[in-house]
Amino acid sequence: MNSSRKRICAAALVVGLSLTAAAEAQQSGDAIERELETYRSMLKADPWSNPGMLDVDRGEALWKTPAGPKNVSLEGCDLGLGAGKVDGAFARLPRYFADGDRVMDVETRILWCMEKLQGFDRLKLITRPHPAAGMPVRDLGGIATFVASRSNGQPFKAAFTEPREREALALGETLFYRRSGPMDFACSTCHADSGKRIRLQALPVFSKPEEARNSVGQWPAYRVSTAHVMTTQHRIYDCLWQMRLPEVELGSEVSVALISYLVKQAEGGEINVPGIKR
Amino acid sequence: MPAKPRIRLPQTARIGEVIEVKTLVAHAMEIGNRRGSDGNTIQRLLLHTFEATFAGKEVFRANLHTGTAANPFISFFMKVLGPGEFEFTWTEDGGAKITERQPLNVT
Amino acid sequence: MKKMPAIAVVLLAAIAACGKTYAQQMNVLDEGAVDVLMRAAFPKSRGEWLSRLKGDETMRACSNSKGAPSAEAGRAIGARERATIRYPSDGKLMGDWRRGEQLAQSGYGLRFTDDPATRATGGNCYACHQLTKQEVSFGTLGPSLLEYGKIRGFSEAAAKTVYEKIYNPQATAPCSLMPRFGANVVLTIEQIKDIVALIMSPESPVNRP
Repeated sequence: MNSSRKRICAAALVVGLSLTAAAEAQQSGDAIERELETYRSMLKADPWSNPGMLDVDRGEALWKTPAGPKNVSLEGCDLGLGAGKVDGAFARLPRYFADGDRVMDVETRILWCMEKLQGFDRLKLITRPHPAAGMPVRDLGGIATFVASRSNGQPFKAAFTEPREREALALGETLFYRRSGPMDFACSTCHADSGKRIRLQALPVFSKPEEARNSVGQWPAYRVSTAHVMTTQHRIYDCLWQMRLPEVELGSEVSVALISYLVKQAEGGEINVPGIKR
Repeated sequence: MPAKPRIRLPQTARIGEVIEVKTLVAHAMEIGNRRGSDGNTIQRLLLHTFEATFAGKEVFRANLHTGTAANPFISFFMKVLGPGEFEFTWTEDGGAKITERQPLNVT
Repeated sequence: MKKMPAIAVVLLAAIAACGKTYAQQMNVLDEGAVDVLMRAAFPKSRGEWLSRLKGDETMRACSNSKGAPSAEAGRAIGARERATIRYPSDGKLMGDWRRGEQLAQSGYGLRFTDDPATRATGGNCYACHQLTKQEVSFGTLGPSLLEYGKIRGFSEAAAKTVYEKIYNPQATAPCSLMPRFGANVVLTIEQIKDIVALIMSPESPVNRP
């Protein structure tokens, strides 16, 4: 596949160059996005060389390897489709889990299983859970990336029929539009109007399902600027940082509610992870 | 648990065939110009050399520099002359090595 | 609002599925409940950081109306917010446009990793606006400000509009997306003057493309 390889290298080089070159704003933003789309479609056709796959592999090994004080693997973890069933589980999350009596997204559920099955200290897992730039995603996030990848090609189809699930949606939507902090920001400030960008970064719109369907399914995503996979909980943590709000706790009801709203808005949209982002 | 390097070889190869070998390794490829949140420069730590041998003979070598992206993807072509095993070695500043082996199924 | 029995909640959701928000369908969320959940989600937060989790009266009106307040609510917001505006004690609305450009470029400040002792908070104007022609990395959440002063003949009235807009955009545009840089003490009056100069000064590159 000589020409294909050359095209991937060329696209990567162009992506690399265009990410560092200063150019006319409108063209620059569009050109970058076009090259990223070319690279993304190549990776979709042949995902092997997606750098995020290194963390998918790692996550798979962590899922299968006994660990923690109880020295068991996560293969007994029920992600909603039965113990150990990974394929298609991410597509149906977030959902209500009776054993924890709460709604959980994929990372919150893995946190639950790491604590209850493997005996890990929950506080340690949620303290500084996200990687700094240049550092790889942590174990919990790596496992989540693996689990998510096992729903690739499927549409988001979380049911949101249980009362607690619908509460999470209501809370998520309310939070999406809730303005606060010194900059008076809500998620909707940046993510509710089509065709807008911050500096040269195009903004996905989540208030409109037809746009949400195109973007939510790319997360967890490999971010070129930080050279690591960013999970959805990390993405929200980072948004809130930029919004001048405090540090949101991994697995909090607020974080699960926001993810629930995003997933509901993206209902029917295709899952294709790890995505590639700036 | 660090990520294992990814190696992609064709399932089988015939003698005389030219095959593509793909590799992907996890590494931050720290260039030594970035500053951490404490304001201090993060020290350079790169994979500076990639070597591939097949059946004991070197078939590919690359010198990597600061321009190489993190998690380097390297691929090359090789003409299959006989059966054997690939050995891939990535060498880091300071001498530490990452090694992976994979046999090639030659029909 | 009282919490309804689970079955009633599900029925209500099923019946009211079309056109209503999830919150309206649920009829269970109230501000108090949301506030409690917000505080629980940020367990490390103390003091001023906790107060960031809840918007003030104006922001609550904007949150509850998804940014589209009624005419009456809009008037109330305008009046309330206009009363917060403080003007420079020397009566001059324009400072130094060079410092203004630095402030427009800087997105530093007020995040939980930022340190005000190390670096001043910036206005981050380029995140949302075009200003100079030279800066091609600009956002589009707000309108372009290229040649803003020139188009308006560098009038004193325009300078006052710009100053007030930056200090408190809610005074004239209820539920505007733009932060209340002055009223929320993000920028000082001196800093706002510098940005006014960037936008309004005849010497500023904004007006000399």
